[in-house]
Amino acid sequence: MNIKLSSPIRILISSSEPVHHWWAQRLTAVALVPLSLWFIYSLTTMYIANYDTVILWLSDLKNSLLMLFFILTLYYHAALGLQVVIEDYVESVLQRKTLLLIIKITSSLAALCTAIAIFFIYMGY
Amino acid sequence: MSSSKRPLSPHLQVYKPQLTSVLSITHRGTGVFLSLGALALTCWLITLAISVELFNDFHQYMLTWYGKLFLTSFIFSLFYHLANGVRHLFWDAGLGLEISTTYKSGYLMVFVSIALTIVTLFLGGVV
Repeated sequence: MNIKLSSPIRILISSSEPVHHWWAQRLTAVALVPLSLWFIYSLTTMYIANYDTVILWLSDLKNSLLMLFFILTLYYHAALGLQVVIEDYVESVLQRKTLLLIIKITSSLAALCTAIAIFFIYMGY
Repeated sequence: MSSSKRPLSPHLQVYKPQLTSVLSITHRGTGVFLSLGALALTCWLITLAISVELFNDFHQYMLTWYGKLFLTSFIFSLFYHLANGVRHLFWDAGLGLEISTTYKSGYLMVFVSIALTIVTLFLGGVV
């Protein structure tokens, strides 16, 4: 197959890491537009709410799933964004790799802990 | 060339601030701050999963002036990053790249994010 390097198809089918990063950042951004608006709307109703009200709200499958999607997409997008910031400003290769590893571990662990918390709240433990 | 001699982008210290560059670096700043906000959201959900006492403690912190300052900064950062992010998506699609259009969309984005932050603070009972 002979495809010119500048062809859009060449870019779309590329599986290189930077291209994957670019697409992942855009797709999570698009998903976060409605999810963030839903989250802020929820925040306005939940800020002054007490424990029982918030538990009841998250016991609704629709709300707990939206919160789960929001949090998972948020941490994925945050990790991708922080990676770019680190690659732009951190000079030392060792420091850069260490920071990128810390970002990956922290975001994955935080996303996992949040998912477990949402599951426990939904199940009513 | 050793890695430490390589130039780093963006050269903030040698760059004359202008609306476009200030809005761009603020996008990054709000992005980094929102990552901290995500951790706060995680803490809130974990307190909710553990006990009513822990949840109330967290809630009390959020009702103090510094809790409200953090929440306000979080809401503004979210609206800013959201609005400017949509601006970025238009640019990715090759739209609105003219200098005059980037200034117009920049002012509009700042106005929209401040207005939506104020509306949200009132609706949520934060102020």
